[in-house]
Amino acid sequence: MIASKAPATAVDGPVIEAVNLKQHFVLRRGPFLPPQVVRAVDGVSFRLPRAQTLAVVGESGCGKSTLARMITMIDPPTSGDLLLQGRPVSEIAPRIRRQTVQMIFQNPFGSLNPRKRVGQILEEPLIVNGEGDREQRREKALLMMSKVGLRPDQYDRYPHMFSGGQRQRIAIARSLMLNPRVVIADEPVSALDVSIQAQVLNLLMDLQDEFGVAYLFISHDLSVVRHIARDVIVMYLGRAVEHGPRDLLFQEPRHPYTRALLAATPMVAPHLRRADRVPMGELPSPLNPPSGCPYHKRCPYTTTLCTTDLPVLRPVAGRLVACHHADELDPMAPVPVS
Amino acid sequence: MALLEIRNLSVEFATRTGTFRAVDGIDLTVDAGDVVGLVGESGSGKSVTSLALMGLIGRNGRITADRMDFDGRDMRTLSPRERRRLTGKDVAMVFQEPMSSLNPCFTIGFQIIESLRAHERLDRRAARRRAVELLEQVGIPAAESRMSAYPHQLSGGMNQRVMIAMAISCNPRLLIADEPTTALDVTIQKQILDLLVDLQRQRGMALVLITHDMGVVAETAHRVVVMYAGQVVETRAVDELFVHPRHRYTGALLDALPERALGRRRLPTIPGMVPGISDRPQGCLFNPRCAFVQEKCRRETVPLIADETGIARCFFPIESEGGPSA
Ligand SMILES: Nc1ncnc2c1ncn2[C@@H]1O[C@H](COP(=O)(O)OP(=O)(O)OP(=O)(O)O)[C@@H](O)[C@H]1O
Ligand SMILES: Nc1ncnc2c1ncn2[C@@H]1O[C@H](COP(=O)(O)OP(=O)(O)OP(=O)(O)O)[C@@H](O)[C@H]1O
Ligand SMILES: [Mg+2]
Ligand SMILES: [Mg+2]
Repeated sequence: MIASKAPATAVDGPVIEAVNLKQHFVLRRGPFLPPQVVRAVDGVSFRLPRAQTLAVVGESGCGKSTLARMITMIDPPTSGDLLLQGRPVSEIAPRIRRQTVQMIFQNPFGSLNPRKRVGQILEEPLIVNGEGDREQRREKALLMMSKVGLRPDQYDRYPHMFSGGQRQRIAIARSLMLNPRVVIADEPVSALDVSIQAQVLNLLMDLQDEFGVAYLFISHDLSVVRHIARDVIVMYLGRAVEHGPRDLLFQEPRHPYTRALLAATPMVAPHLRRADRVPMGELPSPLNPPSGCPYHKRCPYTTTLCTTDLPVLRPVAGRLVACHHADELDPMAPVPVS
Repeated sequence: MALLEIRNLSVEFATRTGTFRAVDGIDLTVDAGDVVGLVGESGSGKSVTSLALMGLIGRNGRITADRMDFDGRDMRTLSPRERRRLTGKDVAMVFQEPMSSLNPCFTIGFQIIESLRAHERLDRRAARRRAVELLEQVGIPAAESRMSAYPHQLSGGMNQRVMIAMAISCNPRLLIADEPTTALDVTIQKQILDLLVDLQRQRGMALVLITHDMGVVAETAHRVVVMYAGQVVETRAVDELFVHPRHRYTGALLDALPERALGRRRLPTIPGMVPGISDRPQGCLFNPRCAFVQEKCRRETVPLIADETGIARCFFPIESEGGPSA
């Protein structure tokens, strides 16, 4: 909205481009057993332009946090290309990388050092990156505190003196101290109640307007995602199964799994509830993924093809879908209850 | 006769800075087969209310009530032994923090079997069979092999499901579930809620569901009780409450839901916080945060006022005739 305030970018195009990112963990089970491979993320690609929000949704264990840790280079990918502002991430100095990508962690209680005061917590990234002198750092911390709605007199307080929502604000403020181009937010509002959640979501949107920061927003709450995201990736067992503009995915989901997630999301308004069948059980183990389509054991539309052939992500009706039957399924008709 | 009948329940805690009234004179009636949703912001007293019902308030807490009957029996006069027999069998609870209520030293199979055998005459083999069945019901894959797992070997969501399996193991007549599905995926959450609703339909189990997920309440509960700062501020049938809330607090809470803001970017918020020990205001407890506050709200204590479809503790309820316009 307030484009003039946003600092100019050196490059046009996406701030992050991920091409076929993979994270395969090798588990060694002992001297006589062959090592096993966990394909935690198995080929995810996306482009994230500045000032936009891309959401990643999916069940526990589908690889959301692993993806986040690759993009922040906490755990570099085992293969694939990751470009930050058009440059391969491996060619970028750690200092610049930290300036470009920051992260808000899943747990607002565990991620703040309880022995440090708010001021110290906020100034730490500046110290690590060798920015400013003492006075400038303090000024920057106070400025950021005011941006996230914390008072200057709270500068010397410890995290335990804050409510859950306030702690999440501290975590957000810290992630913005280096003026990053991208913030990876891993479930930033799931620990909060409705009223605080609304405050934090507003704050994230305001900061996006003001600084042009892009978000990779990880969440399992689809009504939050629907509010904040422009594009959505639905992940299943380490892969994207549907990827496209938010309204298309919410209004006309094409992958049976997207439909199931939407149907399982409780809604206050009856007209927003979907009648699809919700899959039982949970994600198969990534150690031992099913043959063919990873979703076939839980899918109501499974055919023989699905049990043998892995569907590739392909364009269908304005988004990408990895389902053999994506074009045959009527996105509006409820799934048969078998 | 109601299954659970609570009148004027209060819970006070002695703290270093004085006495804190976490629950302030609440009434609650639950019939067999009822599903009551208990909602309100963090710190409004939902968990303390349920712990008081279970007789689990710690030493620094004091419970008072004019009436606390379960199935016609006065719970205030039960001996500790009678109380233990009641809670665990007829009244069961799923706690907000699953890890704190499972014993880390025993396998989950052992813990379910013990709880089954404490309340029901079952031999070991039958108890074991039933335990596996329960784990399957709550959606734990490979239930048989998980019987020998310790709590720390399972994820938070799995432990939460183990707790639910234990709570329903003795066919309780009343289940109090405090945020039972918060750590779970929507798919598992749906499965658990469907299971609880089945138990309620088939066996007439009553369910008190505490959650801050309004969608869960809307899809599961029959009746909703809204709490604020230790008090009940509104009670209404579920459809009525979500279509036409009367209390300004309920209205503000619902407005903050992203699903209600479709098309609007900024979400409406409620300024300030639930009052604590030192900042309990005069008059209506919500008045410092209310966008519709009037002089009267700052001065006078608000009683629960009945309307056509429920009760609300508000002098100027939403869309009431003669009230101030928005
Ligand atoms: N360091 C590791 N070594 C081996 N396996 C791992 C490692 N980290 C993650 N995994 C596995 O990778 C898969 C994806 O995990 P991840 O934490 O990314 O899931 P998630 O989608 O973030 O789940 P949640 O919603 O529960 O946070 C899981 O099966 C997990 O057990
Ligand atoms: N043992 C205790 N001693 C003193 N105060 C307590 C104690 N237990 C709870 N409280 C206070 O009572 C109030 C109500 O707490 P309660 O746990 O019931 O909130 P809640 O509505 O369940 O919130 P949440 O949604 O966060 O679970 C809080 O202000 C809390 O700090
Ligand atoms: Mg995660
Ligand atoms: Mg609670």
